[in-house]
Amino acid sequence: MAALEVLETGVLTTVQDAGRFGHARYGVGRSGAADTVSYALANRLVANPPGAAALEVTLGGLRLRARGGVTVAVTGAPAPLHVDGRAAAMNSVLHLDDGSELRMGTPERGLRGYLAVRGGLDVPPVLGSRSTDTLAGLGPARVAPGSVLAVGKPPPELPVVDLAPDAAFPAEEAELRVVLGPRDDWFTAEAVHTLLHSVYVVSDRADRVGARLLGPPLPRARTGELPSEGMVPGALQVPHDGDPVLFLADHPVTGGYPVIAVVVSADLRWAAQARPGTRLRFRRAG
Amino acid sequence: MRILECGDAGLLVEVGDLDEAMTVHAALTAEPLPGVEEVVPAARTVLLRLAPGHDPARIAAAVRELPLRPAAARPAGEVEIPVRYDGADLSDIAAATGLSEAEVVAAHSAATWTVAFCGFAPGFGYLVGDDPRLHVPRRAESRTRVPAGSVALAGGFTGIYPRSSPGGWQLLGRTDTAVWDLHRDPPGLLRPGVRVRFVPV
Repeated sequence: MAALEVLETGVLTTVQDAGRFGHARYGVGRSGAADTVSYALANRLVANPPGAAALEVTLGGLRLRARGGVTVAVTGAPAPLHVDGRAAAMNSVLHLDDGSELRMGTPERGLRGYLAVRGGLDVPPVLGSRSTDTLAGLGPARVAPGSVLAVGKPPPELPVVDLAPDAAFPAEEAELRVVLGPRDDWFTAEAVHTLLHSVYVVSDRADRVGARLLGPPLPRARTGELPSEGMVPGALQVPHDGDPVLFLADHPVTGGYPVIAVVVSADLRWAAQARPGTRLRFRRAG
Repeated sequence: MRILECGDAGLLVEVGDLDEAMTVHAALTAEPLPGVEEVVPAARTVLLRLAPGHDPARIAAAVRELPLRPAAARPAGEVEIPVRYDGADLSDIAAATGLSEAEVVAAHSAATWTVAFCGFAPGFGYLVGDDPRLHVPRRAESRTRVPAGSVALAGGFTGIYPRSSPGGWQLLGRTDTAVWDLHRDPPGLLRPGVRVRFVPV
């Protein structure tokens, strides 16, 4: 059976799929690919069924060798790509011969790249998903140099396109549409105005759980403790005396700080692709 | 009942207290609403995560129509958990409640506990009891590492740490019962609605 032998991983490479569904009431989050659009595109290019497990590569640096011939596609943060030292295209169907080496460089924009392999990564699912939940410690182990990832049986469908252009990745600034609430009434009117008219910069404390943002404070209208409540990806949670956190795929299932606004589903991928230093502006959806 | 928007794919149903939240959760479990992918019960709220393409306003209207009966008399299961009551905060809990350590242990093991909701970590259940004397606050400072199996109290709840993690609850004791085991189906022992008794060993 074909496999991918991992030689280098960069800062963080994990196996991800469409997520772990139906276990939130037991305290298990959804996890899954942070940029669902790039992830889905990678699978589509190699004609995988939606939900096939792929690699999520943070800030590039992945190097791997094909064991057996495989067909792959790399999407997401645009980065230089090489197969056996020759430049290769992102968002395209790539055939790797047995022993061929693929290298993903550092992306010039964005944060996360996705590598799908035809047949999907055949690692054991946990609670119905092959996603690594970095917060809960569930799912496949983090991918490390030396990891050998089995490739599943190719689907009967064949790739129908060679190349699928993706939207242009924003460089230093991204605009994210938000729906106010559910706890905007815990904040002053000025805080809501500040959120919608200021720049928040993604700090170095940004991972799959969420991104801590640096920007003007968002004062509260009420004090006291909010009883813990369910959280969603895209939630902008504001700790009492701290910087707001924009939750991503591995966010905690429940949280005890008020959420002032939530990024709409269509813009979540750009939240997931905002690397440290990216300037975010929030605009009201609708 | 207030229904708050949570982005474009979530609704937060807010109710008056924990009993109502458990009732709403029980109703949504008994009759799942189409378009609702995930239900997350908590202390005063139930979060609904919606499948793409469903109109939140329509689902909100359906939630308002739910037949709400007080939490089912039949529990979702019953579990006995043996506990060694030798926790590091036992004396602080005694001081906070005005009971002796022996009375704290007696009260905790005599009470009937029900899992209200899960959160914090996979398999961590928030258990509510029927003895108001056991209401203690969280510790002023949280511990960086609470061992797995620790049985703890805070804010009117008792809970068991499924794996070693940071935590701010007051430690009563320890159990060898694995509350989260991926080789078990379902992996979580403490699911919403499950009734729990603690047995001193």
